[in-house]
Amino acid sequence: MTDLFSINIVVLLASLISASTPILLAATGELVAERAGVLNLGVEGMMITGAACGFIVSVHTGSPAIGFIAAAAGGTAMSALFALLTQCALANHVASGLALTLFGLGLSALLGQGYVGVKPPPTGNLELPILSDLPVLGPALFSQDIVSYLALALVIAVWLALARSRSGLILRAVGENHNAAHALGYRVVRVRVLAILFGGGCAGLGGAYISLIRVPQWTDGMTAGAGWIALAIVVFSSWKAGRVLLGAWLFGGITVLQLNLQAAGIAIPVEYLSMSPYLITILVLVILSADNSNAPASLGRIFHAPR
Amino acid sequence: MKLLKFLSGVATALSLALPSLADEKLKVGFIYVGPIGDGGWTYEHDIGRLAVEDHFGDRVETIYKESVDEGADSERSITQMALEGADLIFTTSFGYMDATLNVAKKFPNVKFEHATGYKTAPNMSIYSARFYEGRAVQGHIAGKMTKSNIVGYIASYPIPEVIRGINSAYIHARKANPDVEFKIIWVYTWFDPAKEADAATALVNQGADVVLQHTDSTAPQSAAEKAGGVITFGQASDMAQFAPLPRVSSIIDNWAPYYIARTQAVLDGTWVSTDTWDGIGPGMVGIGDISEAVPEDVKAEALALKNAIASGEYHPFTGPLSKQDGSQWLAEGEVADDGTLLGMNFYVEGVEGEVPN
Repeated sequence: MTDLFSINIVVLLASLISASTPILLAATGELVAERAGVLNLGVEGMMITGAACGFIVSVHTGSPAIGFIAAAAGGTAMSALFALLTQCALANHVASGLALTLFGLGLSALLGQGYVGVKPPPTGNLELPILSDLPVLGPALFSQDIVSYLALALVIAVWLALARSRSGLILRAVGENHNAAHALGYRVVRVRVLAILFGGGCAGLGGAYISLIRVPQWTDGMTAGAGWIALAIVVFSSWKAGRVLLGAWLFGGITVLQLNLQAAGIAIPVEYLSMSPYLITILVLVILSADNSNAPASLGRIFHAPR
Repeated sequence: MKLLKFLSGVATALSLALPSLADEKLKVGFIYVGPIGDGGWTYEHDIGRLAVEDHFGDRVETIYKESVDEGADSERSITQMALEGADLIFTTSFGYMDATLNVAKKFPNVKFEHATGYKTAPNMSIYSARFYEGRAVQGHIAGKMTKSNIVGYIASYPIPEVIRGINSAYIHARKANPDVEFKIIWVYTWFDPAKEADAATALVNQGADVVLQHTDSTAPQSAAEKAGGVITFGQASDMAQFAPLPRVSSIIDNWAPYYIARTQAVLDGTWVSTDTWDGIGPGMVGIGDISEAVPEDVKAEALALKNAIASGEYHPFTGPLSKQDGSQWLAEGEVADDGTLLGMNFYVEGVEGEVPN
């Protein structure tokens, strides 16, 4: 029995967007960090910390907005730890990032004790005037929660900043060749620390999107690997903002779409449907990256200022 | 002088030996598939672990490792626990079956207990609960409560335990309401709150007003609450924080008595490899409080069904029953044998869709 007409398009599009937003936010933040030459594998830890901080603060204040700010602060604080380790103590990026993930999972479980089963305040939807009155498209695309619009705006801003602004150029220079950037007088460590903090804030927002909007509840370890997906998307999208957006939409969108197709009883074996988000996202991004885009040349390398 | 040396030697030997004798606590290890705060499956296993600590006090020490992947990582984690000196190790997910068996072969002096699997060894027991008995009660309530006649089912992996649950719920939902239809989503995970919530939303989106779950977190409960007008059941744990709505009842896994008995057996030296499969009767499966959202008569029927199953008067898989392809499975009055149930890889007649490989 295939019953595609039973799918409510408006609800479907809303859930496609809500499934993409957390990884989009986290991947955008990680993109900036990696373009500055920092490989932070702690995305999962920063996300889950953000999810916990955002949840706790919004429960106590009753305001999702303050919750999201707290989530960004929580993620940023975690990333500050990473910055301290890698930029000041010159520790290995990979080891520090993995440690950050483990630390974040443990810390968030500790913070979240006593919040299991608590209901967070609902995040309202932003009805864009006129546009939201359009039939079907209106409620589907123009009356989402405000955070998913912000996520989209953020990707565009990051793309513009990286490609078109002077500070974006400096950030990329630091990521490509930190010695040359240093020789030109740019503050390599300062640029990297800022990029790390930005990445942490974005990851924290992404985590809180899961605990405050998508699920919404607090459960230990609830990001369940979303941070790793975000990391993979950054690599497969060849460190380009536009492709990060595409990758996040593909992955999140197909994940939800295949669940809906299963429920509708479509005649495609479930095994193929459930692997489709991974397959299609990787395939599309790999095909796109055939244009020889390379990783930032200084990615993951430790910078010693020459004297 | 020689005597003095000898005596001091004895004293040293004693001082070395005695603390270790006094420290000779039984070490009981647990391997969990999700975090202990999942509010469902792993949470209940951890309550069992805490009950062991409570019961034995100083005689037993427990250790656990949470969120252990069912892939290659599980064998490493179980091995590590055996190396750390665990005497008894409970591995609490189906996917740990082969890993547990492999480690059991390498550590013949350590006792292993694998939940929900079917492979044993001289030092490896298996244990599970007859969750399908709870699913029957759940199916009955679902069939009576649905107005859209669509019941959504979030399934994890296509293993016999999950398929048994779907069949049992379906059979009893159909008995209560011949028009009921099941929509099943396979999420291929035990624990991923975001995906579980997405699956619940997709089912509600397609008309389901009852959502049953066979995954470990409470995320589908939150998604149902958010959607409104949908009822759910606590899975593995009571999930009472979502009562009276959306959660109208639950299946509760009660592992504590089993964990205490098996630990006692190791302490007594009477532990042998066993195969335990208990249901509502012995108390391994509990039915959580049926909330006031369920009408009195439906509640009474559900409790009667529960009691009939508990007393052994009624078996949830009693013929006449046919397989999905229409071939006869059980004749009138015939009851399914445990072997068929343990290896169940087919849907009963009426369930739509195919069992994934």
